[in-house]
Amino acid sequence: MAIIPSPVDLAPLRRAPAWRTAEYICWLLPVAAYFLFPTSLSLLSQMAITGLFALSLDLILGYAGIVSLGHVAFFGVGAYAAGLLAKYGYGDPLLGLAIAGTVAAAVGYLSSFLVLRGSDLTRLMVTLGVAMMLFEAANKLTEFTGGVDGLQGVDMKPVLGLFRFDLYGKTAYWYSVAVLFVFFWLARRIVHSPFGLSLRGIKQNVIRMPAIGAPVHARLAAVYTLGAAYAGVAGALLTQTTQFVSLDVLSFPRSAAVMLMLVLGGTGSLYGALIGTLVFMTAHHFLSNLNPQYWQFWLGAVLVLVVLFARDGIMGIAQTVIKRVRGKA
Amino acid sequence: MSAALQTRNLCKKFGGFSAARDVTLTIEQGARHALIGPNGAGKTTLVNLLTGFLEPTSGEVFLKGENVTRLAQHQRVKRGLARTFQINSLFADMTVLESMTLAVCERLGFGWHWWRPVGDHAAAVDEAATLLASLRLADVANEKTRNLAYGKQRLIEIALALAAGPQVLLLDEPAAGVPTSESRELFETIARLPREVTIVLIEHDMDLVFRFADRISVLVNGALLTENTPQEIARDKRVKEVYLGEALDG
Repeated sequence: MAIIPSPVDLAPLRRAPAWRTAEYICWLLPVAAYFLFPTSLSLLSQMAITGLFALSLDLILGYAGIVSLGHVAFFGVGAYAAGLLAKYGYGDPLLGLAIAGTVAAAVGYLSSFLVLRGSDLTRLMVTLGVAMMLFEAANKLTEFTGGVDGLQGVDMKPVLGLFRFDLYGKTAYWYSVAVLFVFFWLARRIVHSPFGLSLRGIKQNVIRMPAIGAPVHARLAAVYTLGAAYAGVAGALLTQTTQFVSLDVLSFPRSAAVMLMLVLGGTGSLYGALIGTLVFMTAHHFLSNLNPQYWQFWLGAVLVLVVLFARDGIMGIAQTVIKRVRGKA
Repeated sequence: MSAALQTRNLCKKFGGFSAARDVTLTIEQGARHALIGPNGAGKTTLVNLLTGFLEPTSGEVFLKGENVTRLAQHQRVKRGLARTFQINSLFADMTVLESMTLAVCERLGFGWHWWRPVGDHAAAVDEAATLLASLRLADVANEKTRNLAYGKQRLIEIALALAAGPQVLLLDEPAAGVPTSESRELFETIARLPREVTIVLIEHDMDLVFRFADRISVLVNGALLTENTPQEIARDKRVKEVYLGEALDG
């Protein structure tokens, strides 16, 4: 049989996973920030960690469409797992990340059977309920977690046996950014794979997916587990870089905040999670200095506007602007 | 040789209402089998029972001789049973090529591949492209599905089912809502499908049914009234009474 050149243009599909210039520039920002804001490294580390947490929520909400108000459960599980490991002598940071991620993934896998039943409302309530139970459990088990006083005595070894966590937070910053980048890169591969495409399929049309032969429930359980692992790694990073675990790692406001950041930045694009985190935390930092009581008023106003008029968040607005500019050029 | 698709005493009750009553049906290998009946006769319910979208209250479904009554939808698809939907059920924000590649990936068992990009799965992409070309959809392959005209979307509805590589294809009113001129083209596409593919067709346009089908089953109030060749069905008084009677009333 002769090979006939395909009349279908395959280039757009093939080109989709290639890195764009804007992305390279985006990843130079953390490097620039290190030199521009050397006194704010602890805030910048927090941003990287929260960015990873928002990314984990984007995997399950933005790509697979699973709504969760209790995503903090996995963040907290990872944070405590890493803290307890380091407290009892296993202070190697990378080992801590691996184990915290695995423990959070296990909790995520088990809870997926509860969460994936039923409608969006059921999911919101079940995820919220699971997080609340874990919060109270951590609160009660004071011998284990330190309760409201927090987990003390988290003693970290140097990263890769070479880089000690220093007083200025330099190691903590580079470590957080590096972990964020590695996990972002991995997530980026996953969303461009056939598995990632099937998640988009489930989000767009959950009725059709079984009719083309996709096991919807198994796919959702898999991505929920993955999202939990990511959140666990983020929690572990926070523990390791601050060498302390407060009960707040399991609190509802943290769950709500990460959802807000993701919606603000735009769901389903990975970068939206990072941009949302950056904007949210920067705004928080400056507005709460200016006006400590009322900054949430403005945050609320912005969120209402985003949800009503710019459903795809900052990323959506950016894409529209780019399209317009290109259209005119 | 076993039949392509068979049901035995299939019943479905929604509360006190029986949407399928004791349906025993045999669809032969390679058949062009039409399911007709007045509105509310339970045609779509029957399709949903065959595909596993609904679970029957009682009775059994056999696919190529295998009892699939307890199998989930996606497991039946893996065994060669695909369907289209009466109301378009597409992936609106994907390009046509993406959604076709998605469907082909599922059939080829790539759905769990999480490392290599979709575009590197040449077997899936090429097959999706070939299928689109054969349905004359090549020029819209990189358009977002939601931006296409309704008639084209209706064709993609069928293309997605074909991407599952069916041996038995259930078409639930494939031409619903399509203007007559386009529906003719749509049916030419369906008529060109290889003979090995068994086709079950639900359709209201009797002209199309009688031209296309070699076997017709008539459903009334969820029960099978009769089954025969188009010629015999056309002559059957009972069919005229229930079916055409209603059409005249309506």
